[in-house]
Amino acid sequence: MNNSTVKSFNKSPIGGFRGLFNSDKITKGVLLLSSFVILFVAGGMIFSLVEGAIPALKSFGLRFIWSNNWNPTEGKENYGALPFIAGTIITSVAALLISLPLSFSVSLFLGEYYRGTRMAKILGTMVDLLAGIPSIVYGLWGFYVLRPLLIDLGLPNQGFGIFTASIILAIMIIPYATSLSNEIITMVPNELKEAAYSLGATRSEVIFNVVVPSARSGIIAGYILSFGRALGETMAVTMLVGNANIVPDGFFGTGNTMASVIANQFGEADGLKLSSLIAIGLLLFLLTGIINAIGKFIIKRMG
Amino acid sequence: MKNLALLILTVFILGACSNSSNKQGGEKAGTSKVTLTAAGATFPMPYYNMVFKNYTSEFGTLLTYGGIGSGGGIRSLTDKVVDFGATDAYLSDDKLAEMPAEVVHIPTVLGAVVIAYNLPGVDDLKLSNELLEKIFMGEITNWNDPAIKANNEGLALPDMEITFVHRSDGSGTTYIFSDYMTKISPKWADAIGTGKSLQWPVGMGAKGNPGVAGTISQTEGAIGYIGSEYAFAQKIQTALVQNSAGNYIEPSIASVSAAAKGEIPADTRIMLTNSADPESYPISGFTWIILYKEQNYDGRSKDQALATVTFLDWLVSADAQGDAEKVHYAPLPDAAAEKAKAILRSVTFGGQPLLK
Repeated sequence: MNNSTVKSFNKSPIGGFRGLFNSDKITKGVLLLSSFVILFVAGGMIFSLVEGAIPALKSFGLRFIWSNNWNPTEGKENYGALPFIAGTIITSVAALLISLPLSFSVSLFLGEYYRGTRMAKILGTMVDLLAGIPSIVYGLWGFYVLRPLLIDLGLPNQGFGIFTASIILAIMIIPYATSLSNEIITMVPNELKEAAYSLGATRSEVIFNVVVPSARSGIIAGYILSFGRALGETMAVTMLVGNANIVPDGFFGTGNTMASVIANQFGEADGLKLSSLIAIGLLLFLLTGIINAIGKFIIKRMG
Repeated sequence: MKNLALLILTVFILGACSNSSNKQGGEKAGTSKVTLTAAGATFPMPYYNMVFKNYTSEFGTLLTYGGIGSGGGIRSLTDKVVDFGATDAYLSDDKLAEMPAEVVHIPTVLGAVVIAYNLPGVDDLKLSNELLEKIFMGEITNWNDPAIKANNEGLALPDMEITFVHRSDGSGTTYIFSDYMTKISPKWADAIGTGKSLQWPVGMGAKGNPGVAGTISQTEGAIGYIGSEYAFAQKIQTALVQNSAGNYIEPSIASVSAAAKGEIPADTRIMLTNSADPESYPISGFTWIILYKEQNYDGRSKDQALATVTFLDWLVSADAQGDAEKVHYAPLPDAAAEKAKAILRSVTFGGQPLLK
């Protein structure tokens, strides 16, 4: 809004009234208030996470991160977060690796090869639909459909474990990586591509030498976002990962993740155990924060 | 400056609003219907859901129950956000001392933890104490193990891996199960012990009784422990377990009731696992409601306190207990109900007993 309209507004016949409840000032006030609320909530969360985690961090120190012994039995209490940190990172990285070729191809399909065709529209809608499916539905599908399939293929542990959880996570994060990469690929200026074509480049040469390099930062940001989502995913993972509080003994072994152990155990937890769960929450918060910061850094660097 | 004034004004108005509505709510609660709030164990939830609803339709007192787990029930009572809590494991002397005021236990119903398994065509599996220890500690890993065969002559046990499914969340069910395992196996007592959640040597976790029941019924070769009411309602195969007299007992309402035939202490804090009664199913236990002995705290009205104890008195009476079997729980034996009633008569408001 420019200055002159604001002035003419104030000069209207009921100027005094407008002066008191000046719409601009109200907007400003509301915006300011909402921003403060967000700041207050985020700050409050960090504060309560840190406050709650203090007893666990005090009694275990850095050992909390490196110890793989999670023993809630009274008298032998010891809490180490390593099994869950390992489980979270292994499942998320595996999910990212599994989803990478799929979402990369789909985003090229949608954004370059078949851009604007009916086929691309249908596929694009399907990908968006995947993003809208609730986590619990993915979990159910994994439990009743994917798991029996994997048992038939000879997967140990009755189909439960890190591998199964990673597949489900991969499917869940495909839409996030795909839609962002697709959007960035579509935004690559036509002039660039036309210039390459006029130099005699083939279609695949244009894609890998022009489109992908210029969309690089956006594509990477998309994957980092989807990685962040995989880190925090709870419900579908907890239904398939096996919930064994150990460092997974291989890719097909059972394990547990940070989000999953919190969801499972906070209900009955008290004292040191509750504090340890909150400390895991704090670690997860830091981990996602770091991942997001890396993502932002890459976008800034490359964009 | 003006912005700030506006902000302060808004806060003031909002504050005034909430103040007046609070007052109205308070007056209403005193004159008309009383609402009782409770939270805790999930183990007795099917029973509580049914009898709480019956009580509301019969006497008009509104009741809400949140199945947030025994630990949550104890925490809610400590924070004084509920009228009473519910738990499957009684509070230890240490825990009782930590509570802000004296707490009493009211047993409400008896439940059992059953050993459920999924082996098509293999019924009435008998598991001795030794087999339980070896299976759950990962020493026996196949169903055709000679030790299982020797104990179950005539059963066609398949060559199949044993998959142990335990709870992934903390739970009173796990507490009762591990309390039993601790009593029958020194090795278990030493390596694992008793608790609402444990450091499991083998197996995989599933969330809640429904989660474990679902995983077992979906997985051939699985074995695990679940609250009896879920096993009975879903007709899952259950194993016969050896009690302290050496008899193999099928979990049933009658065999669970038998577990409470022995001597019960005045404060009812007792684990009934591995009961001495020869007819008893050994993995049985009480579930309790916990409340403060002195009900005049935090500005509670006398009406509220009276409604609480009146309801609990009804809950342990024959009226409510008669419905327990409908949802596969065993009713309190008379001796336990008498003790519960005596405890309720010791609950006071300002030093005066609420019930006569």
